[in-house]
Amino acid sequence: MSERTKKGSGGEGTGAESAPVHHDDHHHEASFWRTYVFSTDHKVIGIQYGVTALLFLLFGFTLMMLMRWQLAYPGQAFPLQWLADLLGPDRMPDGIMLPEFYNQLGAMHGTIMVFLGVVPLAVGAFGNYVMPLQIGAPDMAFPKLNMASYWVYFAGGVTMLVSFFVPGGAANSGWTSYAPLSVIATTGQTVWLLGMVLLITSSLLGSVNFIVTIIQLRAEGLTFMRLPFFVWAQFVTSFLLLLAFPPLEAAGVLQLMDRLAGTSFFLPSGLVVSGVPLDVAGGGSPLLWQHLFWFLAHPEVYVLILPAMGIVAEVIANNTRKPLWGYKSIVYATVFLGFMSFIVWAHHMFLTGMGTTISTFFQTTTMIISVPSIVILTALLLSLWGGSIRFNTPMLFALSFLPMFGIGGLTGLPLGLAPPDIHLHDTYYVIGHFHYVVAPGTLMALFAGVYYWYPKVTGRTMNESLGKIHFWGSFIFLNGVFMPMFIQGLAGVSRRLYDGGQIYAHAQEVLYLNEVMSVSSWLLGLAQIPFIINFFMSVRKGKKAEANHWQATTLDWSATTSPPLAHGNFETVPHVHRGPYEYSVPGAKRDFLPQDQRAEA
Amino acid sequence: MEIPYTATARPDTGLYNGKLGIWLFLASEVMLFGALFSSYILLRVGAPVWPHGSELLNVPLATINTVVLISSSVTMVMSWASLMMKDFSKYRMYMGFTILLSFVFLVIKYFEYTSKFSHDIFPSTSTFYAIYFTMTGLHGLHVIGGIVVNAYLWGPGNKMWKSDPQRFTNRVEIAGLYWHFVDLVWIFLFPVLYLL
Repeated sequence: MSERTKKGSGGEGTGAESAPVHHDDHHHEASFWRTYVFSTDHKVIGIQYGVTALLFLLFGFTLMMLMRWQLAYPGQAFPLQWLADLLGPDRMPDGIMLPEFYNQLGAMHGTIMVFLGVVPLAVGAFGNYVMPLQIGAPDMAFPKLNMASYWVYFAGGVTMLVSFFVPGGAANSGWTSYAPLSVIATTGQTVWLLGMVLLITSSLLGSVNFIVTIIQLRAEGLTFMRLPFFVWAQFVTSFLLLLAFPPLEAAGVLQLMDRLAGTSFFLPSGLVVSGVPLDVAGGGSPLLWQHLFWFLAHPEVYVLILPAMGIVAEVIANNTRKPLWGYKSIVYATVFLGFMSFIVWAHHMFLTGMGTTISTFFQTTTMIISVPSIVILTALLLSLWGGSIRFNTPMLFALSFLPMFGIGGLTGLPLGLAPPDIHLHDTYYVIGHFHYVVAPGTLMALFAGVYYWYPKVTGRTMNESLGKIHFWGSFIFLNGVFMPMFIQGLAGVSRRLYDGGQIYAHAQEVLYLNEVMSVSSWLLGLAQIPFIINFFMSVRKGKKAEANHWQATTLDWSATTSPPLAHGNFETVPHVHRGPYEYSVPGAKRDFLPQDQRAEA
Repeated sequence: MEIPYTATARPDTGLYNGKLGIWLFLASEVMLFGALFSSYILLRVGAPVWPHGSELLNVPLATINTVVLISSSVTMVMSWASLMMKDFSKYRMYMGFTILLSFVFLVIKYFEYTSKFSHDIFPSTSTFYAIYFTMTGLHGLHVIGGIVVNAYLWGPGNKMWKSDPQRFTNRVEIAGLYWHFVDLVWIFLFPVLYLL
């Protein structure tokens, strides 16, 4: 609402002014609904995004834990009788999971984790809450669009959940929804497509807002090269969302036409289903879907990873009490990464029969794009050199990101080259690879972010002991889940197998790993309980946090209270005098120089 | 605390927030229609035979529609220019013309569609008709979106001219940028679908 009120304060307060100055008449009348539900304040929207996304992460994780039962003990009755009863005979007759239900779980696990969990948490929650604070902005540039973005996302999430209850159940063609199977799949696929259109719209509204905010609302003195790296990460991420999602929206529209209007965009001529020729015009191209899908979905990988790198950079600089090593290199690498991510998509499609010329092009670009990732990772690693590191919970999570993302990234190299990809394509190796990037990588970084900014959001700190239990539990069991996947994949076990590979002779040697992975996943579930307790308990019982709890240099910590003022964030508009990571400056009184602090005399 | 640069330009970027926002939005729209045009190319080069649009579609009607849409872009600019010259009644007239012309476009499109349906031609008939109906349909939705925005600025939204003329002029400029984009998409659609 603040954009509509015409108060010429401009925020040039003297610093002696206290918070109530910024409350005008409108805000006193703000109802419960306007304050907490349909709020336009970026902080409230950030929290809404965060809580919703964490719930979806838990839900998507639960789907996976169900699948892991079937993979470890195929055909055996589910031990939790009440849960099997709850899911009903359409899904688990006599406690045994039907293949159709298994496929639904697989498709929806991927969809929910990527589009409803990780991206909304990384961009919607952290980006929304932290980015305006770090650039000294009173709010996002378009607060109402921001609210709309959250509620459209919410509607998309509800649509996805509803799809479990339509005839035939939820979408079951994998999160990639490859045609032509997805075109002839059950109704759940239509609901999936509608949900995706909503989610794409939401991220479009969000990304326009983010870019405008970063370009237009930076505080005085905050030049681009003084931006905290987290802001840079959000900036590049927003461009990827802005430009890569529309082709998937186009693809979604075409697939909806195929399903609802009887067109054949993705249906080739002469398609026979269950022995009966399909009664369509034909002439379409299943590969067209793959091109459009991966044109989004490869940049999407960097949408998942860049905000995580941003969080890790903030936490590492803060807890090593040193400037980031090679700030400029990291920034340039990130921008380059953003550009390159648009021209690597077909490395997901080496096995579609493309010619060697095209495959050479995409192999080359794929090898090139690994360079900036390595630049960023190396710079973060070198930032640790010679620091006196504070091993608090956020730092533990951030540190674990480095080797975990390293494994995820390096195992991707063989997949980017066509010859080894012929062997590894569509095996568990691929699953292991991208989960190392997203789960032990991005998710650990997001947890670091939760522990790091929790004091800013709530004014209280999270419990360190519970945090460390959470960290070690997650770290060990995440590896327990994903490391065996490389072994299975190298042995040739395919992904998306209902029985975990039991009927394949070549899988017999590595079948025992299914149980290892499944037990790890359930223990990983247990390891999240300390986090959930910590998260809710600390809101009331946590130790009070100071305004600049971590003694950080960036504006989010140095120029605001914890939590920041409800409207406008800052008591006075901050002026920025220096770069983002001026830690341990020789001769300074303290070991950190906040960006908004005038030069010491 | 006020959000800065909602109506006036930020000195170092030379843009107010909304103008940057609409350009970014249009960039994503370019990607949306770009993907559809790419799909068109891919489907066409992959097809054994591809019909000539001029033999299947009504070129005279589409030509009229092209003129109608370009004219509406001109009147849209005139409405904004009128506001810049502080002539509110002329703004109302030109914006009214813009909305009227958009309706003319939709009515002609309606006759084109229904004459196809009456000959039992639907999106499912062939890949050519599938892409024709999908792309012109999506463009039609954009036209409807433009009509909603322009009608709001013509009618209830024009109160802002009294309270905050600068912001109102900006809004018309932004709506105009969007409208020109919708026009531009048609200028690509017309030759690609009807003539080539």
